[in-house]
Amino acid sequence: MDITLNHYLFLGAIIFTIGVIGIFLNKKNVIIILMSIELILLSVNINLVAFSTYLGNLSGQIFAMFTLTVAAAEAAIGLAILVAFFRNLGSIEVQKINKLKG
Amino acid sequence: MIIYSLTFYLFSTVAVFSALMVISAKNPVHSVLFLILSFVNAAGLFVLLGAEFLAMILVVVYVGAVAVLFLFVVMMLDINFVKLREGFLQYLPFGLLLGIVLIIELGILFLTKNFPNTSTFKEDYFSNFSNVENTKLIGSVLYTKYFFLFQVSGIILLVAMIGSITLTLRNKDRSKKQVISEQNTIKASKSIIKKKINLGEGI
Repeated sequence: MDITLNHYLFLGAIIFTIGVIGIFLNKKNVIIILMSIELILLSVNINLVAFSTYLGNLSGQIFAMFTLTVAAAEAAIGLAILVAFFRNLGSIEVQKINKLKG
Repeated sequence: MIIYSLTFYLFSTVAVFSALMVISAKNPVHSVLFLILSFVNAAGLFVLLGAEFLAMILVVVYVGAVAVLFLFVVMMLDINFVKLREGFLQYLPFGLLLGIVLIIELGILFLTKNFPNTSTFKEDYFSNFSNVENTKLIGSVLYTKYFFLFQVSGIILLVAMIGSITLTLRNKDRSKKQVISEQNTIKASKSIIKKKINLGEGI
C-alpha cells in the first residue's frame, strides 16, 4: 500500500479535471473561472513537486515556485480587470466582456 | 508507512472534495473558503513529499494573499450571483463528458508510461537529503543555477503590480489629490486676506 508517484499524478489529474469542468459549468461568473484557473495551477504544482521528490531532482520545486509567482501575478491582474469591468458595466458576465475593448 | 498512506489519502480526499465544492458552491464566498481549504490540504501533501519550504510558501502566498484578494473582490463588488448561475445545469452534461474523457486520457497516460526511479522515493531521497533542510537546498539551487529566472519572476511581479494599480486607479477629477508644485508656489498674499473688523460687527 505504498504511495507511488502515480498516486500523486492521479490526484493532480483529478484536480486539473475539476478545474476544467469548473470553467465549463460557471461560464458566466468570472470569479469562479479565476478560481478554477487557480485550481489548475495547483494541480500543476502538485505534479511538479511529486516529480521533484520521486526523481530526486530539485528543479521541480524551483519551477513550482515560479508557477506560484506567475499564478499570484495572474490573479492580481485578473481581479484588477474584473474590478475595472464591473465599474464600467455593473455586472461580471463573461458574455458582455467584449465591451471592455472600447 | 501505513500512516504515510493514510495521511496521503486523508489530505487528497479533502483536497478533491473542496475542489469540487469550489466549482459547485452557490455562494462565491463559500467557494473562496473551500479554495483556501484545498490549498491548505495541498500544502499538507507538499509536506508529505518533503517540500516543506514550498508548502509554507503555498500557505503564505495562496492563502494569505491570493485567496484573501478573491475574498475582498467577492465582498466588495455588489453582484447578483443568482443570475450568474443561470445555465449551470445546461452545461453540466457537456462539462462532465469532457471531464471524464480528460481524466481517462490522463489515467491511460500515467498507467502506460513507466517513470524511472519511481520506487526510489524512500531510499534515495530521504537518505541523501534528510541531513540538509529543504530550504537550504532550494536556496543553493535558486540563487545559482536559476538566478536569471528568479530575477525575471521579480520583474513579472513588478509588471503585475503596476498593471493592477493602473487598471483600478480611478480618474483624477473624482479624487482629491495633493499637487505638490501648487503647494510650494503658493504665496501668502493669495491665501491670507487681511480685513479690518469694527467692534460689535461681523465680517
